Amino acid sequence: MVSLFDILGPTMVGPSSSHTAGACRLGLIARAVAGGMPESVRIQLHGSFAATGEGHGTHRAIVGGLIGLAPDDLRLRAAYDEATAAGLQWEFEEIDLGDEAHPNTAIFHVTLGGEELVIRGASLGGGRVEVSEIDGFPVALGGSYHTLVLLAHDEPGTIAAVATVLAGHHVNLATMRVDRTGRHQDALMTIEADEPISEPAVGAIRSFPWLRWARVVPKIA
Amino acid sequence: MHKSIESLIRDAEQSGRPLPQVVLDRESAEMGIAPEKIRARIGQTLGVMRGAIAEGLEGKVRSASGLTGGRSKRLWDDGPRILGPRVTTILARAISTLEVNAAMGLIVAAPTAGAAGVLPAILISVDEFAEGGMGEERLIDAMLVAGGVGGVIAQRASLAGAEGGCQAETGTAAAMGAAAVTWLHGGTHEQISTSIALCLQGMLGLICDPIGGLVEIPCIYRNASAAMQAIAAAEMAMANLDFPVSADEVIDVMGEVGRRMPAAYRETALGGLAATPSAQRLVQIRPTKRPSGASS
Repeated sequence: MVSLFDILGPTMVGPSSSHTAGACRLGLIARAVAGGMPESVRIQLHGSFAATGEGHGTHRAIVGGLIGLAPDDLRLRAAYDEATAAGLQWEFEEIDLGDEAHPNTAIFHVTLGGEELVIRGASLGGGRVEVSEIDGFPVALGGSYHTLVLLAHDEPGTIAAVATVLAGHHVNLATMRVDRTGRHQDALMTIEADEPISEPAVGAIRSFPWLRWARVVPKIA
Repeated sequence: MHKSIESLIRDAEQSGRPLPQVVLDRESAEMGIAPEKIRARIGQTLGVMRGAIAEGLEGKVRSASGLTGGRSKRLWDDGPRILGPRVTTILARAISTLEVNAAMGLIVAAPTAGAAGVLPAILISVDEFAEGGMGEERLIDAMLVAGGVGGVIAQRASLAGAEGGCQAETGTAAAMGAAAVTWLHGGTHEQISTSIALCLQGMLGLICDPIGGLVEIPCIYRNASAAMQAIAAAEMAMANLDFPVSADEVIDVMGEVGRRMPAAYRETALGGLAATPSAQRLVQIRPTKRPSGASS
C-alpha cells in the first residue's frame, strides 16, 4: 500500500533515498537483529551500492545505522567519527552476487557477544528496504512494522506458545513467517505487529526453554 | 491512495469534499492515523523544506564529490535578468535544496531525494508571492493535493529514476507541484487535472543520466527546469488551455516510456550526459573516495 509519506517523504539526510536513507535503515535493522551495536562488522556491498556508494554516503549511512542513527540524523555525515567513538569496528568489501541479486544489496556479518550473524538485505527505492535472509533463513523484513525475530529449536507448539504470549499482551499480529530450511534443527520465526512489542512480552517468550534468542526490530520512521 | 486522477476528482465531486480533504480522509482510513496527526506531520515536512532552501542559499554547502554546492547562491546574488525576480527565486530555491541534498543535508524526498527541490521551490515561493501569504493550513492542503497526485503516479507508472528515468522523479515532482499550485490559486478540478497532463507531457522521455552516478549533475538543473514546467502548466491550465489526452493517460504513457527506456538511461551512469567525454573527465578529476575501512 502506498502511503502519503512514501510520496511526501521520507525526511532524510541526502543525497539518495535508496543509497543513503535505505542504507541507513538496513544498518538499523542489522543492529536490531544482532541484538545491539555489534562489536565488529564486515559489510559486503553489491552492485550499485558498491559502484556509487561512496559518493552517495552509503557507507557512512550504513555505519550510522549500525550505531543507531536514524535516516534523518545529521550525524550521519560524520558517522565514521561517531562510530569510532562508539567503539564499533567495521570494514567494507565489494562483492559480486551475480545478475539475479538486487543492485542495492548489502550483506552484514555482525559479531556481538561471541555470536556471529549474517544478515542480507536490499534497498528497494524511495527509502524502502527488505531484509531477505538472516543466518541462511529466508525472511522478508521491511522495518515498517514492530517486528520480533526468534530463533527456536524446532519442536511442536512453539508458534502457538508465542502467539498466546503476544495475544496476552494485546499485540495484534500483522504477518508471521516461520522457516526451518536453515542450518541445524532450528526454526526462525519473524512476527510483524501493529503495536510495539513490550519488554515483558519478550521476556515471557525468552523464558521458553526451546528459545535460542529473541530480538526486537523497532518500527523505523 | 487513489489509483487514478479521475477517481480522486470523482470522489471529491460526489461527496462535495475539497480535494485535499479527500486525500486526507483516504490516508487516514487506510493507515489508521488521525487526520490532525497527518496534517501536523506535513507541517513538519514543510519546515524541513524551508530549512533546506535556506541552508543551500547560504552558499556554504559542498558535496563530497565536489561536483555541487554554491550555485544557488550565485544565481540568487546575480539577480534576475530576463523574466523578473520570481523566476530567479524559484530556480535558485530548487537548486538550493538539491545542493543541500548532495551535501548530506536534511531534505524531504518528494517523491524522491533526486527530485526533492521541485515541490519546495514552487510551494514556498508561491506562498510568499501571494500578498500576506497563503497561510500554513492552505499550504498543507496543497501538499495533500500534491501527495494525492504522486500516489496515483506511483501506482500507475513509477517514481524511481532506475525504473523510469528522470521523468519518473522530477517529472512526478513537477506534476505534483503543478496540481498543488493550480489548487492553491483556486483552480477547478478540470484545471487541476489538465495541469497534471500539461506538466507531465512536457517531461516525457526525460532520461536519468547522473554524472558519476551521483545525484548532482544534471539533477540540480533538472529540478530547476521541472519547477518552471510546473508553474507553466498551472498558468496554462488556469487560462483554460486544454490538452486532448487525460492526466491518467499521460501518466500511463510516462510509465510505458520508462519501461521501454534502455538501461543505459535509467540511473546507471552508462549513457546520456554521464557517458560524455566531459563527464568522464570530470569524474576522473574528482575521484570518489574509497571506504576508509576499520576504525581500529
